[in-house]
Amino acid sequence: MSESDVRRAVARMAREIVERNGGTDGLVLMGIHRRGVQIADMVRREIREAEGVEVPTGSIDITLYRDDLEVIGPRPIVGGSNLPAAGIDGKVVVLVDDVAYTGRTTKAALNEVGDWGRPRRIVLCVLIDRGGRELPIQPDITGREVQVPEGQHVEVLVPEHDGRLGVDLVEKGAESS
Amino acid sequence: MSEVGKPLGKDLVGLEGLSADQLRMILDTAEPFKEISERRIKKVPVLRGKTIVNLFFEASTRTRISFEFAEKRLSADTVNISSTGSSVAKGETLVDTARNLEAMRIDMVVIRHGASGAARFLAERIPSNVINAGDGWHEHPTQGLLDLLTIRDRMGRIEGLRVCIVGDIKHSRVARSNIYGLRALGAEVAVCGPRTLLPPAPEELGCRVFSRVEEAIEWADVLNVLRLQLERMQAGYVPSLREYNRIWGVSTARLEAAPRDILVLHPGPMNRGVEIDSDVADGPHSVILNQVTNGVAVRMAVLYLLAGGQPERAEAAKEGGEA
Repeated sequence: MSESDVRRAVARMAREIVERNGGTDGLVLMGIHRRGVQIADMVRREIREAEGVEVPTGSIDITLYRDDLEVIGPRPIVGGSNLPAAGIDGKVVVLVDDVAYTGRTTKAALNEVGDWGRPRRIVLCVLIDRGGRELPIQPDITGREVQVPEGQHVEVLVPEHDGRLGVDLVEKGAESS
Repeated sequence: MSEVGKPLGKDLVGLEGLSADQLRMILDTAEPFKEISERRIKKVPVLRGKTIVNLFFEASTRTRISFEFAEKRLSADTVNISSTGSSVAKGETLVDTARNLEAMRIDMVVIRHGASGAARFLAERIPSNVINAGDGWHEHPTQGLLDLLTIRDRMGRIEGLRVCIVGDIKHSRVARSNIYGLRALGAEVAVCGPRTLLPPAPEELGCRVFSRVEEAIEWADVLNVLRLQLERMQAGYVPSLREYNRIWGVSTARLEAAPRDILVLHPGPMNRGVEIDSDVADGPHSVILNQVTNGVAVRMAVLYLLAGGQPERAEAAKEGGEA
């Protein structure tokens, strides 16, 4: 996907979030580290342009909620978690991630959000759904569904980490994250 | 000291031999852990199912509670054993105690012991992770780390800082861990105290020596003031507490004579009016309570880093663990 493809997809995701919620009241965006944070920020800017409203936006790092520390060893905790000042109790929390794959990251994020408070509803929004779920967790709002050939891998690129915006299919083993 | 690929190896026995990268990794990992203690639910599930034994053969309040908070906030199950009221009091050896604990399937031991080298001795004999919570005059690595974190928080760096440790250096495991950690991260370190309480050759540890506290204060950016253990006075190392305070005590008047703003640390428990005056301990130079707060975060980081499993399996797991 080119940069403009991504921008169009994000704009549509932003519209869908507002539409589903019947406006921006009570919305909170939570980007999942790493690249979900930038996608969430793009969604926030789209909503601000369309609706003139600044939606509270936070981020979560699910490292400490993973179920595979034993297997993968300790990893750096990249960002820590950041809650919007008004909290998430009674809010509609939109979890934003770059890629939906096994569902394990989302499960960990749901557990972490549960420890932070009790939202009225949680919605999952991803830029790319590449299938391959290992848990019964599905995105509510998707930028694009992608079929990934055997031996390949989806990589979402954001300017903050990768110098440009886009989505690539790369050979496995060549991915950076 | 550390195995290849493992960030810290199996144990944390001391800061001696840790590289600057390893120390920085621990401090950087501690940063996000600070925030967990500010949450309403102060708990993350990362060590769920791990059993940790806190084996304290010496009295301790701060260190034991701090470890216990760190363990609980990472969701580990903890057991506390102190020498009084356990089979240790019946004459059981350290290794037998540990082997019996291992037979009950534990994952980590945090040990405080009066004998220098007790932590390494244990680490070499049991497969569980061992963390030294202070052994005799040897090291107290997590205290050293929390001091490093507190200094870095306030000063923004450690490299190039001048840090003077004041007091009983000879009998102090805190001093030793501080010296190793600070020097590895590029600080200049000095010690200052009565001759009777300095190690025989402080220069071999890479330290300058100041015989007067006024000179130390003039030189330093940071003072780490150690507790004067009262039994030292009874053993004849210092003539009297009043005299110690008059010559070595850190007072506001002495700090105000300094050419720059000095940061004052103290590992606790304090003897107010002996090594440190009350108005310093409670004043603007002091970061003593920040040290206590940071202690929990640093211990969480150490527990987290030691608990990680085999990195050789990391690649396989990442495939399935993505998103």
